[in-house]
Amino acid sequence: MALDDRKTTDFKFIGSRPDRPDGLDKVTGRAQFGADAHAPGMLHGAIVRSPHAHARIISIDTSKAEQLDGVKSVVTRADFAKDLSGEFSFVLENVMAGEKALYDGHAVAAVAASSALIARDAAKLVKVDYEILPHVTDVDAAMADDAPILNDTYADASVPSGLHPNVVRYHDSGHGDVDAGFASADLVIEDSFKTEATHQGYIEPHACLATLGNDGKGELWCTTQGHWIAQKTCAALVGIDTSQLRVTASEIGGGFGGKTTVFIEPVALALSRKANRPVKIVMNRSEVFRATGPTSSTSMDVKIGMMKDGTITAAQGIFRLQGGAFPGAPMEFSAMCAFAPYALENVKQIGYDVISNRPKQAAYRAPGAPMASFAVESVIDELCNKLGLDPIEVRLKNASREGTKASYGPRFQRIGLVETLEAAKAHPHYSAPLKPGQGRGVSCGFWFNHGGETSVSLALSEDGTCQISVGTPDIGGSRASMALMAAEVLGIDYENIRVTIADTATLGYNDVSHGSRVTYASGLATIKAAQDAVEKLCKRAAAKWGIPEDAVFWEDGCAKPSGANAGNFDPVPLAELTKDMGATGGPISGHFEATPEGAGVSFGTHIVDAEVDPETGKTAVVRYTVIQDAGKAIHPTYVEGQFQGGAAQGIGWALNEEYIYGEDGRLQNSIFLDYRVPVASDLPMIDTVIVEVPNPGHPYGVRGVGETGIVPPLAAIANAVSAAAGVRLRHLPMSPPRILRALVAQAHEG
Amino acid sequence: MKTIHVTTTVNGDTVEYLCDPRETMLDVLRDRLNLTGAKEGCGTGDCGACSVTVDDRLVCSCLMLGVEAEGKTITTVEGIADGENLHPLQKKFIEYAALQCGICTPGILVAAKSLLEKNPDPTESEVRYWLAGNLCRCTGYDKIIRAVMDTAADMREAS
Amino acid sequence: MQYHSPNSFEDAAALALAATGTTRFLAGGTDVLVQLRADIITPDTVIDIKNIPGTQNITCNADGSWTLGVATPGAEMREHAGLGQDWPGLVEAMDLIGSTQVQGRATLVGNLCNGSPAADSVPAMATAGVELSITNAQGTRRVPVMDIPAGPGRTHLTQGDVISAVHIPARGERGGDAYLRFIPRTEMDIAVVGCAVNLRLDTAGVITEASVSLGAVAPTVLVLDDAADTLIGSTLDDASLDRLAEAASAACNPISDKRGTIEFRTHVAGVLAKRAAKIAYARAQGVTK
Repeated sequence: MALDDRKTTDFKFIGSRPDRPDGLDKVTGRAQFGADAHAPGMLHGAIVRSPHAHARIISIDTSKAEQLDGVKSVVTRADFAKDLSGEFSFVLENVMAGEKALYDGHAVAAVAASSALIARDAAKLVKVDYEILPHVTDVDAAMADDAPILNDTYADASVPSGLHPNVVRYHDSGHGDVDAGFASADLVIEDSFKTEATHQGYIEPHACLATLGNDGKGELWCTTQGHWIAQKTCAALVGIDTSQLRVTASEIGGGFGGKTTVFIEPVALALSRKANRPVKIVMNRSEVFRATGPTSSTSMDVKIGMMKDGTITAAQGIFRLQGGAFPGAPMEFSAMCAFAPYALENVKQIGYDVISNRPKQAAYRAPGAPMASFAVESVIDELCNKLGLDPIEVRLKNASREGTKASYGPRFQRIGLVETLEAAKAHPHYSAPLKPGQGRGVSCGFWFNHGGETSVSLALSEDGTCQISVGTPDIGGSRASMALMAAEVLGIDYENIRVTIADTATLGYNDVSHGSRVTYASGLATIKAAQDAVEKLCKRAAAKWGIPEDAVFWEDGCAKPSGANAGNFDPVPLAELTKDMGATGGPISGHFEATPEGAGVSFGTHIVDAEVDPETGKTAVVRYTVIQDAGKAIHPTYVEGQFQGGAAQGIGWALNEEYIYGEDGRLQNSIFLDYRVPVASDLPMIDTVIVEVPNPGHPYGVRGVGETGIVPPLAAIANAVSAAAGVRLRHLPMSPPRILRALVAQAHEG
Repeated sequence: MKTIHVTTTVNGDTVEYLCDPRETMLDVLRDRLNLTGAKEGCGTGDCGACSVTVDDRLVCSCLMLGVEAEGKTITTVEGIADGENLHPLQKKFIEYAALQCGICTPGILVAAKSLLEKNPDPTESEVRYWLAGNLCRCTGYDKIIRAVMDTAADMREAS
Repeated sequence: MQYHSPNSFEDAAALALAATGTTRFLAGGTDVLVQLRADIITPDTVIDIKNIPGTQNITCNADGSWTLGVATPGAEMREHAGLGQDWPGLVEAMDLIGSTQVQGRATLVGNLCNGSPAADSVPAMATAGVELSITNAQGTRRVPVMDIPAGPGRTHLTQGDVISAVHIPARGERGGDAYLRFIPRTEMDIAVVGCAVNLRLDTAGVITEASVSLGAVAPTVLVLDDAADTLIGSTLDDASLDRLAEAASAACNPISDKRGTIEFRTHVAGVLAKRAAKIAYARAQGVTK
């Protein structure tokens, strides 16, 4: 049976729930994360950061720091590569400021010393002379005519003339005639929304250990979602050849998109080169908040027209995203995801990428989509309320299906949105009675998912076991998923397979663990690599039996003759074939390298009940259900974990998480005490329903599941809170002061 | 900076070290004793990843000076298992997938063990509030809470 | 940074008096270490008072009053059988500070001496009538808790003063206290508003003594005599509760910051005052613990 024809029901290993291979290391404390590495002769680095939101660097005096006993090297921008262009130039500018400090926390110099305490002391001795410039941190203010200009060379050709230089990219897409669509609607609602920037909030701060000699050869250990991109970027920033830098990914203590780029790694390399010693840099929490990539803050206008029967006649959205001091805010993803759940004849979406005096944004789980979804799904909810329609029925009526022309262009292949909506409608949660003061909200959400460059190498051992090298850092249990998929192909037990995250020297290029791509792309590559090994096993059996290669097939972990005509031979198990493989043709391995393009999109529908204290504006999430299409759940427990984690981050974003800047442009809440992620007592159990509508682009039907789960919560909770409070909330987070203000304003309006 | 000599007990072993008075207990554990199981997620007592017990009292090791350990008895995540036999919580956390990235896991295990020693039959709410100082960004806490509750039930049955 | 671990308060006071630069006493350390780590304050001298005998003891005196050692962590207070029976509001206020882990170290005296207007235990101590012993080179004196706060991050203690004991009055008959605070989450935040109420009733349920205190709404914790007066003579009917809320809100002089706005704090102060008064009243009646 050809592998790609397999049905998604008769699996032996796929869909089971074995223990994760990294579990023991992680419960005993011996797993090695970014900050856990040591090296002989190691120095500790510390970074000097700008206290100003926008300032010209007049001079940097490092002499006092250099004179401190124990200090071995000091670097500034002069110690990095010159004449970089494109994204590398933005990353370098972000990693170490050049002419200007562009945000509170922007790195301006760094020191390495024999202890962390000395490095901290030395950093305080670096004297930087600044000329303070006017700053702007709000997206709407940054677009205004009188806004301070950060950089007048960043805007690209997409930006229409007449806009402020802080608008650096523009997006415009859609189809049909929205004006005609609005004209034919029974009800049109247009509303404006804002969301504040949030941080991925991984518990492990950025950490790395770097060694670089003046021969241009280096070693880097770091916590990252993608060590090949780290290799490429770091090599460029310190001016060495890519292949001369070997990068090893540590265990990663959470990333959620925020560890897809580099911050401290090139600095540690530059310090190491100057001191000729290994240098370790570990960020503290405040540095993580001030100087790594939070998500964008947004300002959005959404207009939707609807018939009395719930049919959407037209939809339009304007999405303005502030992404820090450099181009790159994911406004096109906001625009493209906003209306993707709906089959629309008339749709138009516009995006603005705006720079401001904040840290360079980084990806955060479905970048750009949650905010756009918040605005769109809030307006749909309002339309349902005004027209007296059931929110799930309306979404079902308009839902994208197989063949629908997506709001962002292509036609959908087989997708599972309708199935998630049907499951939501049938779920006991949707019909459960609410208590006084409670409200229920629903929302749909969408994320593209991604393929990306992928390499996997698999080797069989003489004892019939298997080792697999993958290049995508394990951020959600992917080593277990890879082992399950390989076990399914090879027909050997899960326990007989060991999966390792290979370093950059031992495997071909791999794109970052992002875009919900790992189980899809590395999984597909693992299946193909295992299939490659199986072909070789079959050849060995054919040779052993003296029959043609195509007369052998693989089933249940054994080579078998394909039928009576092939000959009458007993099946030969894998271990029999590997036992003497050295003598029968040499080691047996499997490889696969490709850029797979068949990542299936994933839709989800969330239901949430919220209770609002009308006297204080405080919200409690009392019940939460996630329903999402996983295509095929390789390890259902880890799929549930992704659903629950996405929902929890969405709850934080909706209710309390936000970057708060003072008038001085400084971040006010750079520790976990005041950047309020949900704690255990804030959340209910998070119920999950895994819908499985197979992705035609993956042999087992896998769709990535990591990101879609954070898309619906913002709107679902906003809809629940608005129902509970009796007033529409249009600004996230819906912190108690914002809700109370809305309640008071409504009471005054009467 | 003058260093201070400290004698203390960590995971049953008597250890001695010299430390700068500015170093936290977490710094000492990780950098001087090479016990890197306790993690620094915040350095301000807000995330719990550095949780240890000191004389059986649950604390954040980032909020304690290394010099304060003189004469104390400290247990870290490395001291939870009995040789190759995992503590029931460790087994259950693997079984329930009550961890994803695993950076918060050492602190949560130390904290949960401390809870079950004080309260063998906690309610869900009691578990959630006891662990409110242990941030987890991956799991949404669901599987962690279930693992702790189920471990408690097993341990009650076994005793 | 010099670290000292004296064996007596006299030695601690002498060390503090002789020290130059910034001095910090280490009781629980949960504020001192955060400031050290965040490079806000690196003291020149740290005096660890936990090794002074008796500093972790909770003692019920013959007259029903309580004496607490200054390094008694919140967790010990919460786990103590009798203290929470007498002063549930005070114990809850302490218990709300930080996580379980922080409770393993944090102390009433540290919370007071950190000088935060948002300190949770201070309103509860104020309404309970807590007094403190202060030891210095001249000897030991006893002062009410509200003599200590001077403003954000500041106290009226002078160099060489060290707080050496916490004295909580006897609970007495038909009394009850409560402390509530508002935070956006359920745990782990600094109070946006805090409110403590302590009441005593006569046998008919009429309030005869009342004390009301607010945190986080002014540069220091406030004790509201006006608000307390609205309660005395009442049985906590709706009208007296409304007057209490009005008085509480009227007393506020807050700032807008990352944790809350002026309007929000002013409004919520009234809400919490009512809610805390109801809990304290029920406790005084013996209806609840």
